[in-house]
Amino acid sequence: MIKKERHVLVIFPHPDDEAFGVSGTISSYRDMGVPVTYACLTLGEMGRNLGNPPFANRETLPQIRKEELKNACKAMGLDDLRMMGFRDKTIEFEDDEKMVKVVADLIEETNPSLVISFYPGLAVHPDHDATARAVVRAIRRMPEMERPALYTLAFANNTVEVLGEPDVIHDVTAKADKKVATLNAHASQTVWMMKEMEKKLEELDPDALKWLNYERFYTYRWDQDFE
Amino acid sequence: MEKVKADHLQELITSFANKDVYIHLETTNGSYAAHTNEAFFNAGAFIRNIIVKFELGKVAGDSPHRIGLKLPSGWIYAQGITHYKLDEHGRLLMAGLGSEGKLAVALEISETPFTY
Repeated sequence: MIKKERHVLVIFPHPDDEAFGVSGTISSYRDMGVPVTYACLTLGEMGRNLGNPPFANRETLPQIRKEELKNACKAMGLDDLRMMGFRDKTIEFEDDEKMVKVVADLIEETNPSLVISFYPGLAVHPDHDATARAVVRAIRRMPEMERPALYTLAFANNTVEVLGEPDVIHDVTAKADKKVATLNAHASQTVWMMKEMEKKLEELDPDALKWLNYERFYTYRWDQDFE
Repeated sequence: MEKVKADHLQELITSFANKDVYIHLETTNGSYAAHTNEAFFNAGAFIRNIIVKFELGKVAGDSPHRIGLKLPSGWIYAQGITHYKLDEHGRLLMAGLGSEGKLAVALEISETPFTY
């Protein structure tokens, strides 16, 4: 059961961050008529996968990923995509207050009842953690009664040790096709992974099915704040 | 990009010598290297849109090649270059791609600034 929301604000640093663990959830909200805004901070300019023989180079990759991102949003039925213009792998080096303001402005404008992002310190990529810090800080500064809920993704190897098991589990079985379409839209990043994944899904591999059909979040707990 | 033809690449590099050029240089193992293998020591470096004037540029070794640029008082070099392209903006893009098509190193030279 996915709870109905007033407005959902999704904030991630890279095109495709939304695809792996949230695209079923976003598709569900859209089909429920819930407005979803996706703020994607960079265009994944520093992606390593260029192919051999190469299909892209360092300078053409951002344009390719921009188109993929737009198509991914179409696949999820998401019509409010914000491309925020930062550069891949630099978020943690930006001024921290500037990043908090970016998030605060998005929250003020969209007035979300739910924000979805990463969990600070347990999201592996430095951009993920930096984005998560800005999101947590922006929401923390709001009066407690006005704060949107915050669902976070965590996948560092020590996540369960630190946070236990996720407390929010969305059954997105009905959106599996949209999730696969979203992942396929990011072909420059996912084509090899999806080849493997589709084979596993055909074989009804239990882990692959679980990954496809269930999306798992940690509600951010202000009584266990990261700082 | 196509596989390096050393003679052709040498000509292109030489064509950028002795003028102000913008440089992009990066090495990377990817941000997930230490996640998938906790014993892995992940290191890399990135520099973009730095203006230099090199007096001599060389392609060395067999593929993967090494590229060295001698500056009036310093050096730039990259190891592991496999592919290159002179793009439609006249920028010389060089990259080292592993067998799985993942970029490990890039060196790019341009007379005009690269995007942000």
